[in-house]
Amino acid sequence: MNTFATGSGWWLPLAVLGSSLVPALVIMLLSEQRQRTRTALNLSAALIKLSLVAYMTWSVARGNSYELRFGMLPGVDFVLRADAMAMLFAGLSAVLWLFTTIYAIGYLEGSPNRSRFFGFFSLCVASTMGIALAGNLVTFLVFYELLTLSTYPLVVHRGTPKALKAGRTYLRYTIGGGAVLLTGVALLSMIAGDVSFADTGALVNLIAQDSALLRVAFWLLIAGLGVKAALVPLHGWLPVAMVAPAPVSALLHAVAVVKAGAFGIVRVVYNVYGVETAQLLGLLFPLAVLASTTIVWGSMRALFQTEIKKRLAYSTVSQVSYIALGIALFGPWGTIGGLAHLLHQGLMKITLFFCAGNYAETLGIHDIDELDGAGRRMPATSVAFTIGAFGMIGVPPLAGFVSKWYLGLGALEAGMPWVLGVLVLSSLLNAAYFLPIVHRLWFRPQAGPWPDERSFGKHETSRWLLMPAVATAVFTVGAGVLANLPYSPLRWAMLVSVRVYTQ
Amino acid sequence: MSAQSLLPWMLMVPLSWATLMVLLAQQRDAITRVVNVVGALVLVGLSVALYAGVAQEGLAVHALGGWSAPLGIALRADGLAATLVVLTAVVSSACGLYAMTSERAARTNGKSAPRYFWPLFWLLITALNGIWLAGDLFNLYVGLELLGLSAVGLVALGGSEASLSSALRYLMAALLGSLAYLLGVALMYAAYGTLALPELAELITREPMTQLAIALMTVGLCLKTALFPLHGWLPPAHGVALTPVSAMLSALVVKGSFYILFRLWFEVAPDVVTPLAAQGLGILGAGAVLWGGWQALRESSLKMLVAHSTVAQLGYLFIFFPLAVGTGATAAALATQGMLLHVVAHALAKSAMFLASGTLIASVGRGGVADLAGVGRHMPMSLFAFGLAGVSLMGLPPSGGFNAKWLLLQSALASGQWFWLLVLLGGGLLTAGYVFRVFRESFLESPDDAGQFTKTPRAYDLFALTLAAMSVALGLASRAPLRFMTNGLAVMAGVQ
Repeated sequence: MNTFATGSGWWLPLAVLGSSLVPALVIMLLSEQRQRTRTALNLSAALIKLSLVAYMTWSVARGNSYELRFGMLPGVDFVLRADAMAMLFAGLSAVLWLFTTIYAIGYLEGSPNRSRFFGFFSLCVASTMGIALAGNLVTFLVFYELLTLSTYPLVVHRGTPKALKAGRTYLRYTIGGGAVLLTGVALLSMIAGDVSFADTGALVNLIAQDSALLRVAFWLLIAGLGVKAALVPLHGWLPVAMVAPAPVSALLHAVAVVKAGAFGIVRVVYNVYGVETAQLLGLLFPLAVLASTTIVWGSMRALFQTEIKKRLAYSTVSQVSYIALGIALFGPWGTIGGLAHLLHQGLMKITLFFCAGNYAETLGIHDIDELDGAGRRMPATSVAFTIGAFGMIGVPPLAGFVSKWYLGLGALEAGMPWVLGVLVLSSLLNAAYFLPIVHRLWFRPQAGPWPDERSFGKHETSRWLLMPAVATAVFTVGAGVLANLPYSPLRWAMLVSVRVYTQ
Repeated sequence: MSAQSLLPWMLMVPLSWATLMVLLAQQRDAITRVVNVVGALVLVGLSVALYAGVAQEGLAVHALGGWSAPLGIALRADGLAATLVVLTAVVSSACGLYAMTSERAARTNGKSAPRYFWPLFWLLITALNGIWLAGDLFNLYVGLELLGLSAVGLVALGGSEASLSSALRYLMAALLGSLAYLLGVALMYAAYGTLALPELAELITREPMTQLAIALMTVGLCLKTALFPLHGWLPPAHGVALTPVSAMLSALVVKGSFYILFRLWFEVAPDVVTPLAAQGLGILGAGAVLWGGWQALRESSLKMLVAHSTVAQLGYLFIFFPLAVGTGATAAALATQGMLLHVVAHALAKSAMFLASGTLIASVGRGGVADLAGVGRHMPMSLFAFGLAGVSLMGLPPSGGFNAKWLLLQSALASGQWFWLLVLLGGGLLTAGYVFRVFRESFLESPDDAGQFTKTPRAYDLFALTLAAMSVALGLASRAPLRFMTNGLAVMAGVQ
């Protein structure tokens, strides 16, 4: 069992949640005109959260963990717990949220309904933090559903019939997925009681008598989580939801929604079932096949998209499943690859979405064939985009290469060499749909006037929009080049992976 | 004051205020307003005191006039009754304050508020408290009759032709229901010579006459609780009434007859009722969940949509029966907890949703769901309250509605009845469908909508938000209230 730093530190997880919940409520009550107050609130909340998470991460690395627990309903506790796995996701969210907030402030300048937007935006952060810090399945479910509810107003933010239609699709998938997940959680609770997350899982004693029900519950859970993680064939909502404003897309793809699904799968495999139990029950191989199918399918579909954001969306479908794939590869290397990719994909994909938003906001570009020559007009954005794209392809020494390297090692260790083929094929497809964009940016002349150009003086675009894209691009390089420094995504993934295997 | 001596006041206070309101009918508004606010404060204060007293001393019994049962009539308060008394005080205070705000707004526009609203309002509370605290079947009948009549009166106050005809339909249903119930009571008295609940519970045996009596009472109570397919009277009555009236009808009034049904089946005659009958009630409940949800999905008027939702949500209460009769002690206990939590969570959420809908309609000026286009920008707080209430009704966490659904799901799994699991989940999806339909319309941005929305009093949102927030907060802390509510119930005996 873990030792909990209860008594002294129970308030820390609560403070992390509160640092977005309280601003969410205050912002919703603010009048539309109070822009400065809103901006100040947003940024200070993001900074406070970042420092709290940084402190907790540091402390958890030294072997502490923080827990808050109270009775929610008969037989079920509400548990917030900061363990190493929780900090993996909380750290990613806290960092990327700061940048997305900055970006969103710039992006939404002058548009209506900003109080509502930033209110739900903060509520969305709170849900993501709750998902990261949830200490048992029911608490996880609480925040998972809260995430659905808080993202809906963001997806339909523009209020156009198209946006509302997309919102409807989004809800059909996510609410349906939530119902399936609820069934899985309820079934598992009946079999095993209130399951708290534990490093090596909590169900090993039940294999003998309940293996059939455990398998059913597992696939119910995976199906429920697979909707948000956009596993094929449950991915249909993701490309449709592209109609949302760019910061929301960045958020859906890199941090909040798809990651909540992927992180849920991580929790179920490692901390509920235990990876060894899952292997014994024969659950990992089908999961690997499912993930591999999604990886290839997503990449294939991405090839045929002509809109930038749509191509990025299908790329997400593909890339997020690397995480599920890593989890399904039994052995520490696969674990490291999958968990590191949870962070790496976030950094790279958010960079790409920021850049796509910059092209749209500055030059009015939405389609790939309008990008010709954009590199000269917007060099910094285009460098950032190029880094993100190369990272996705897996060019060394960028972050994506590190993930793929460990996934490859994991495939060999798990005795599934065919996965190497999947990785190679997927990388080729990644190159096939990203390189033409990069080529257009840098090596083709501008074809005519930009569709809808706005001038920002001597800068290529608004500083609020440029700074986050450049920063996350720098992180993408850093996560690859400096992968061996303490607190790098890779090192944290290694720290966690040591704890989830008993031998 | 001990809980025991508080009991008569729970009836005396609202009854006195009803009388006062008749006397003050010709007085200036300011006076009635002050008297009403004082009444609400007294009512909430006494109810909380009763709750605290029962929590401390356990079951409280008061023999009226010093005559103890079976000769006299007794008032009883266990944890469940005390909780419902507090719930009634809180919900009706919020609705009453909403009504006061809307009367004031109407007066400033030169319109007059309906007379007799306040006497009927306080009579309704008297009747509800009478039912929660009644110790015998006849007292329950009196409460039920008073409840039905004051509710019908309140519906008729809507003033339009539609509200009169709905009120008449409601009256017919209420009278028929009471009649069936009264017949059952008469049969019971003929057989056992007493109507006091504890005495009956000891004497009662499983014989045809008793079963007939129980069946008659059950049918009457189901009609009053608007169980599918006897629900036809509910949507028009709840849909056309004044907003605060709709809120109280859906939140509290239909729960009155359901409460009697629960006491009858599980406190008085647990050995008389059969699993087959329970399955029958459950199937009708499932029908209500699906049919009510489907009707709400297709409904074009906002308040009617919320009213159909009540039909569906009442269905969940009946799914409790097959989970609790003829199953194991654990499944029955889980089902009881889930059902009771649903009663409370639905009361809070549905009253909030009706109040929020009324505010939206007041702002838009028309009552259609499609008329809400663009309201999102102007009425964010009302919509937020509507949404919070919706979270609980959909059974999404964190909310009292979710916890209730969770407990019912666990009970369905524990008793191996997978069918009910599907109904519970399907009902949730339907609810999500009609709740988000409202949002889909509201978030639509139309280019030229400036100026067509009326400003509404800000206090409206405060009341709706408070109730909705309570239904959500219940989701984080259900354990203590549940323990209190189920304390001493016969159906929980196996696990406590």
